[in-house]
Amino acid sequence: MALTRSQVEHVARLARLGLTEAEKQLYTEQLTRILEHVESLDRLDTTDVPPTYHAVALQNVLREDKPHQSLDREKVLSQAPEAEAGCFKVPKITEG
Amino acid sequence: MSYKLSATRLNRLFTAGELSAVEITEATLRRIEEVDPQVRAFLTLTADRALERARKLDSRRRSDSDLGPLAGVPVAVKDNMCTDGVRTTCASHILESYTPPYDATVVEHLRASGAIIIGKTNMDEFAMGSSGENSAFFATHNPWDLSKVPGGSSSGSAAAVAAEEVPLSLGSDTGGSIRQPAALCGIVGLKPTYGYVSRYGLVAFASSLDQIGPFARDVEDGARLFEVIAGGDRRDSTNAGKTPPQVKFGGEPSLKGVRLGVPKEYFGAGIDPEVKARVDEAIVQMQALGATVDECSLPHTDYALSAYYIIAPAECSANLARFDGVKYGHRTAESSGLLEMYQKSRREGFGPEVTRRIMIGTYALSSGYYDAYYKKAQQVRTLVMRDFEAAFQKFDALVTPTSPIAAWGMGEKTDDPLTMYLADVCTIPVNLAGLPGLSLPCGMAGGLPVGLQLIGKHFDDARLLQMAWAYEKSTQHHEARPALEGGR
Amino acid sequence: MATNWEVVVGLEVHVELSTETKVWCSCKNEFGAPPNTNVCPVCLALPGSLPVLNATALEYIIKAGLAMNCSIARYSKFDRKNYFYPDSPSNYQISQLDLPVCENGYVEITLRDGSIRRIRIKRIHLENDAGKLVHAGDDVAEGESSLVDYNRAGVPLIEIVTEPDLRSAEEAGVFLTKLRSIIKYCGVSDVKMEEGSMRCDVNTSVRPNGAEEYGTRSELKNVNSFSAAMRGIEYEAKRHIAVLEAGGRIDQETRSWRDTKGISVVLRSKEDAEDYRYFPEPDLPPVVITEVDVERIRATLPELPDTIMHRLMNQYGLSAYDASIIVSEKEFAEWFSRTVALAGAENAKAVANWQINELNRTMNARGLGPDQIPLTPDQLAGMLRLMEKGVISGKIAKTIFEKMVESGKDAEAIVREEGLSQVADEGELLKVAMEVVAANPKVVEDWKSGKTAAAQFLVGQLMKATRGRANPQLAVKLVTEALEKFTSQQ
Repeated sequence: MALTRSQVEHVARLARLGLTEAEKQLYTEQLTRILEHVESLDRLDTTDVPPTYHAVALQNVLREDKPHQSLDREKVLSQAPEAEAGCFKVPKITEG
Repeated sequence: MSYKLSATRLNRLFTAGELSAVEITEATLRRIEEVDPQVRAFLTLTADRALERARKLDSRRRSDSDLGPLAGVPVAVKDNMCTDGVRTTCASHILESYTPPYDATVVEHLRASGAIIIGKTNMDEFAMGSSGENSAFFATHNPWDLSKVPGGSSSGSAAAVAAEEVPLSLGSDTGGSIRQPAALCGIVGLKPTYGYVSRYGLVAFASSLDQIGPFARDVEDGARLFEVIAGGDRRDSTNAGKTPPQVKFGGEPSLKGVRLGVPKEYFGAGIDPEVKARVDEAIVQMQALGATVDECSLPHTDYALSAYYIIAPAECSANLARFDGVKYGHRTAESSGLLEMYQKSRREGFGPEVTRRIMIGTYALSSGYYDAYYKKAQQVRTLVMRDFEAAFQKFDALVTPTSPIAAWGMGEKTDDPLTMYLADVCTIPVNLAGLPGLSLPCGMAGGLPVGLQLIGKHFDDARLLQMAWAYEKSTQHHEARPALEGGR
Repeated sequence: MATNWEVVVGLEVHVELSTETKVWCSCKNEFGAPPNTNVCPVCLALPGSLPVLNATALEYIIKAGLAMNCSIARYSKFDRKNYFYPDSPSNYQISQLDLPVCENGYVEITLRDGSIRRIRIKRIHLENDAGKLVHAGDDVAEGESSLVDYNRAGVPLIEIVTEPDLRSAEEAGVFLTKLRSIIKYCGVSDVKMEEGSMRCDVNTSVRPNGAEEYGTRSELKNVNSFSAAMRGIEYEAKRHIAVLEAGGRIDQETRSWRDTKGISVVLRSKEDAEDYRYFPEPDLPPVVITEVDVERIRATLPELPDTIMHRLMNQYGLSAYDASIIVSEKEFAEWFSRTVALAGAENAKAVANWQINELNRTMNARGLGPDQIPLTPDQLAGMLRLMEKGVISGKIAKTIFEKMVESGKDAEAIVREEGLSQVADEGELLKVAMEVVAANPKVVEDWKSGKTAAAQFLVGQLMKATRGRANPQLAVKLVTEALEKFTSQQ
């Protein structure tokens, strides 16, 4: 199934990826080819086949409710692109 | 020429006081200096730290003979594993200056074992690739033929070991990223059973598929490194809390009583005839060692690739969402607001392959497409697992080529992503099923290494290593070394 | 002819659990710490970090679910909810989609008219909270930049979703109060709306009376108190009705409640709704909960408010209203129990009376919370004993009550120190009554001419003269006697 350009734009928007017009074109083509290939799965009958989300089945992996040593704030903020008043600073939030 | 020695040997010489850690480290750094300008395996060399560590080891050795199973051994670490205070980039612009404030569990294990971490190795960006050419910085070259790719995504870790820069290195494998470069570089690479090795500190690509594993020039070395990194970790909820039994090597190599299956789907149309010939010879050799060999079928093999190229991108699209310029990593210089900041930072930070996979993954999970893509792929995953389960009723291990082709030329497959994806057809099903997979050299095809893959049952890694050792000992493939100019 | 409309309300309530540590990591779960001091690779979503489920968080959600009569899932799993926002370090939340821990429960509420309604709980699931955003400027839209504090990121949240069973703002208010009480009793959260440990989104729709189908609903966010929830519901209901009566259609929207202005504004429409791309969380294995687990946790449930309420009504004959006030906070119920144990079951109603009226009033006036009751059971029981023995009158008891609260002393000590014991000596009282009568000749004339209020005035004067210590019944009798004596002497 061919991807439309607007679908690519929608997906890029969901993933917060800024794409140039040329990239949108290129990815539309490339993704279409890839998706056409993976659509071979349609040929398989998977009725009543349960999906596998974990290849090695574990259950009830739990942790005791005891505090540990948190990271030193200086170390934490040292990697921040912008910081102020002990917080991470981000530009004006333009979306809800 | 200590750089030629195996890790096992180096550790013995160091422990016996015959070689000092500093001598070993200096020799390693000299070797790297000589050949890495051609191979380009390393992104970051931590020479000062390594020498500091070596000095400490030397002084402790005087009073304490047990400094760990890898004491004195230089090791390289793929740059997607966190090293406290040392730049960890995942070969991406988005983490170009990122320094983690903590060590991955496997790195902690390495330190505890007495190993000397020499540096961080190059890779395909965020572990997405099969050739090493997706690194944002530069490509690594195959030491056997510098015009060829070393494979990926653990390109640098494989090349560094093959080029005798380090005897051991760590890689990660999501769809073949340890085994395939091991095959293309003529060394041993093990992807352990999913859940054997902690993923804490491994920058996630596809959470349900990623595993960390060793590269080495022989099976015994690989086993030693595997034993150091494997085991329980409460910080990883997908870790099975199991410690592998120590593998004992020695005696007459034998595969008596071992039932080997050869899945016919792995010898399909795309396999290079020379590669097939080497693998066939290896199978004959294993029969000579006493193994029984029979053909079998894993009928859903062809679908595994498609399932993988939905599941892995889907998981990665969520795992890479955290790279948004807010808390760490690259943030765009100017933006009119948050949305633009996100879009530009990610655009500037991610390479094309990463961008492609995030988009495929986002699409496969999006409203209206989830059932047809993601859910379907996970159902196919069940079918792939069932194929293996059925085969393991009759066989102890399966034997296949690791890669259908030997190393190809740089730039040859970069135009069409799909072509590159097909390189992983023999390795991907193993990740989907969470099984252990090991690649070891089984000869050459046109002067380039060919890898033999052994696939085992869940948590049967030790037995796999044992089988591999028996084969290895009865051949000389693992002794071959690339002729790198500048090498002394 | 205007249609009669029925208002339909459903609530989504988020409650922060009061575990020691966060849900996916061992950072402290602590309100009010300096920004970004309770963070680690996991809750900051540093590359390579992984979540590990807090055992107590799981226990607490099961406990809350049992308290709300839910069935507990045998098999439960987590899912990633994907969206970008700076308060979410990984830009996804680990939540639960199709297999939540709790389902199909109910909470019963008693309305003002005494009727009981059962509000169904559709589901309760476990997820993590996000960090806090502080905006430069008045709010999100106006700020030039924002600051992010991740201390709260990773705090365990339970999301309680009701069926659309509420039919008015009043019901919603009662429900929220009841819900809060139940959760507090369980000890799984301190449910302080002012600290954000309890938050509420409101879904409102209307439909013509008798209609089977639900109308289109609108979601209201940013509701910061129970009364704001009620105001929001009333506003939305009116808004919906106005639109529909004008022949328009309600859009399925998410709106923000602006309490100070008393209006709601559109945040996003259905078309703009984020596609969360849920998929099962690969980093967390599923949770299998056995019958044994459930029973073990059930055994840790305290007696819940409804049960206590009915017990108080049956055992002590308290009214439903009085009983409901006593159980409104666990600490009140416990205090009541202990006091009745000391004062005797026969005094239960008296204890209730003092607790609901004087004690409640005193605590409100002093801004005291339920964990700050300014009187001990011993003190009240002691005072009641003195009243029973006739040592003090009911009138002076109020004064004594105040003094007990202020000084912390017991009633007996206060009576002794301040000489407040009741005067019941007839001889002495008659003497004072005679003095009072003599001092008020005009009043005596009024009484002689048949004005009975005059006698009351004199009783008041007698009380004043004895500083309130005169036995009230005796005071009346003796004033009458004194008046008769006085007038007969004239």
